[in-house]
Parts: sequence; structure tokens; C-alpha cells
Amino acid sequence: MSAPPRPYRRNALWIAAMVHRVSGIGLALFLPLHFLALGLSLQGAARLDSFLRWTDIPLIKLAEGGLVFLLGVHFLGGLRVLFVENFDWRVNQFRVATAAGGAAAMLAFAFLIRVL
Amino acid sequence: MPQADNASLTVSIWRGGQDGNFETYSVPNRQNQTVLDVVTHVQRHIDPTLSYRFACRVGMCGSCGMTVNGRPRWTCRTHVSKVAKDGKLQIAPLSNLPVIKDLAADMQPFFEKWQKAGGVFEPSKSRAEPVEPIRPNEPQRIAADEGIECINCGVCYAGCDTVRWNDDYLGPAALNRAWTLMNDRRDSAQKPRLAAVAANGGCHACHTHQSCQEYCPQSLNPTGSISLLKRLATKAYLKGELKP
Amino acid sequence: MNVRLYIWQRGTAALMAPLVLIHLAVMFYATRQGLTAHDILGRTRGSIAWAMFYGTFVVAAAIHASIGIRNILVEWLPVRDRAAAFLSSGLGILLILLGARAVFAVVFA
Repeated sequence: MSAPPRPYRRNALWIAAMVHRVSGIGLALFLPLHFLALGLSLQGAARLDSFLRWTDIPLIKLAEGGLVFLLGVHFLGGLRVLFVENFDWRVNQFRVATAAGGAAAMLAFAFLIRVL
Repeated sequence: MPQADNASLTVSIWRGGQDGNFETYSVPNRQNQTVLDVVTHVQRHIDPTLSYRFACRVGMCGSCGMTVNGRPRWTCRTHVSKVAKDGKLQIAPLSNLPVIKDLAADMQPFFEKWQKAGGVFEPSKSRAEPVEPIRPNEPQRIAADEGIECINCGVCYAGCDTVRWNDDYLGPAALNRAWTLMNDRRDSAQKPRLAAVAANGGCHACHTHQSCQEYCPQSLNPTGSISLLKRLATKAYLKGELKP
Repeated sequence: MNVRLYIWQRGTAALMAPLVLIHLAVMFYATRQGLTAHDILGRTRGSIAWAMFYGTFVVAAAIHASIGIRNILVEWLPVRDRAAAFLSSGLGILLILLGARAVFAVVFA
């Protein structure tokens, strides 16, 4: 006994939309932490500095690279959607979405090379 | 008579209602047959209690939509040779709709949303008045032409994840229909229609997965129609003509 | 999602597109020799331009995120429209408050 099968997840652009959604959730969860960290300077530059020193380990830098990826992929994927909706640009969208993911990955990689 | 080759097809068909299960049948593997032919073979030669829906068999009526190997299709125009994988077919009712029995999905929500999206033509003139001429090269006529060949098969509706996630979402077919009527200047219900498609569950709920565009057997582009509705509604809202 | 929410969400998205580019550029610039408070605050303290930039960014991001989360709540969780509106507005207000505090901290404190 089961429900009839569902044909979703077959469409490549479904994956693009999912990446967009999940990266958006990730950014929304990160933003409060980002704001709290910057708010530390209310207690003086030294307090912010001690926090920044704490983040100066490879594990945190890796996570920061992940955040750069989330921002990059959400930015480029969002631009794609704005173009699809407003400029009738609906062909080759799978390639565009893949390119967006690739560019975001390269951006994050460049960031990691810089900070690691 | 079509030639039968040696191998037979293994066909899993959904039996029962929403809580049914697949049953497997062995069907002759002919060189030239459609998925609908396979279903018909099972009903005529193996199990006459199998329920399914079809009428025209030539891709006009839109009643034979089913899920074939996980993808919604019009079965009368889908050749087995194109979709069978290793001699296997899995046939289920259209998803995103209640199952009545076996391969027959209940199309009622689909057509209710069609109505809710203002999918009915509302004439602006009576029969006493002369017919309004609409030239084929008018921009609005050209825009409507892109979307009018819909056969209401429900394939786009079954393949849309936004429909799956959002009970209120009107779906690609209804919104595509609304777009064609928004371009019909003989229609008198444009304002309420635009309000209907700009409300919660209307065109703005679309995530542009473009599945409808990929699955539509008539090669229509509901995603495109929905994008244009989004723009139309956005403009109307900014001009203060639309209060959601 | 209705036309009003759509305009706010896509509008803030379009507004943030150039802001994100600048933010990414600053990110790469700021990490040239590791992040220090001296560096960050040296850029931002007393700068009305950065206050406007980050202030706009915070408000746009808060609106954009809260509408996005609202849609996700409606689609993925058994949450009613009104509850989703309530929860996502809460998130938006939280983001604006924390964001305003952060902007104040790096510009005026």
C-alpha cells in the first residue's frame, strides 16, 4: 500500500529553484549571526577584534567560503529568475542555471584561496 | 496487424484508489504501439476491471493523461518505444489530483481552479450586435495565439511542484487560459480576472521551474504566459488599478 | 504570494543586486590581510555613505528574506497563511533591529 508515484525532481530547473531556496534559507539563518558579530563593536574595537581572532581558524574560513557560495549562487540564481520573469528569456535556462552555480563555486573557491 | 517481436513488455499499472498499489502485467511488445494501446490491451485481454479514461485517441480531447515512468504524458500520442526502459513501463494516474480508481484521476480540482482563475469567456456584446472583427495580426491576438491550443489534459498541472506544495495555486493551465482571455478584447471580465490571478495562489506563486513548458504535449509555454500575467498584474497594481 | 508581496520581494531583489556586488568586492578587499576591527571600523566609522549603504541593504534584505521565508512556510510546513505572515514578519523585524544595531555599531559607536 502506497501513494501513487510523483513525477517531480526530474526537471533540472527544479534543482535550480531548490538551490535558490536552500541558499536563501541559509543566508536568512546566517544574517542574525552576522549582525550580532558586527554589533560586538558596541563594546569596543577590542571586543570585535577578539571575536575576529577566534574566527581566524581554517574551519571557520571554510564555513565563510560556504557563505560566499550561498550569497553568490542566490545572487546569480535570483538574477536569472528576474530575467526569466521580466525579459522573456526562457531558453537554455538549464545552462544558465548551471553556469550560475559554477560561477558561484569559483567565487567561493577564490575566496578560500585568499583567506586560507 | 502490427508485428509482435519476441520480447514482451513488463507493465506496472496502478490499481485501486489513493491507497492502491502497482500490479504487473505482461503485454506483447509490438513495434508500433502507444502507451494507451498497452493500457487498452490490459483491459481487453487481461483484466476488464481496469479503469482508465480516453476518448479521441489522436491527441485532441486531452482525457488520456497519465504518469508514464514517472512523467506526466498524453498516452495516446506517446509511443512505447520512446518511453519504455529495458522493456518496462510504469503507468499511474496523473499526480496532484485525487485518484478515483486505477488510472482515472479526479479532474475536478483542475477545472475548479480553471473557473477560479476566470477561465470562462465573458462576452461584452449580445447576439443582436454584430460580431467584433479581430485581425490575425493584432498584437493581442498574436499573444493569445501562443496559448490557445490547450487541450485541458492536466499534464502541466500534474507535473508542477508548486501545485504540489501550494493547495491554493491555480496551476499552469488555468493561468495560461487566463492570459489568453486577458488578450481578448471582446471579454468583459478582465478586471475581476486580473484580481483573481494576482491574489494568493495566483500567478505570483509560480517559481518558474518551467516543468509545464517542458511537459506540455501541445508545446505551449504556460511559464511564459504566467510571466506575462505577473507583469500585467504588477503594472496594474503600481497604477492603483488592482487591490489585492 | 500575491502581487503586493511579489513586488516587494522582486523589488528588493533588484535593489540588492548592485549592493551584493559591492558587498562581495568589499569582502575580497577586506580579507587581503585578514580581518581586523581596526580595518573594518576605519572604513565605516563616521561614514554617512557606508551607513546609507548598509542601512539600505539591511532593510531590503529583511523584507526580501521575510517574504521568502513566508512562502517557504506556506509551501513546506503545515502552517496557515496568517501564521506564516506572523512568523515571517517577526523574522523581518528581528533582522531590521539586529541589522540597525550592527550598522549603528560600526558607524556611530
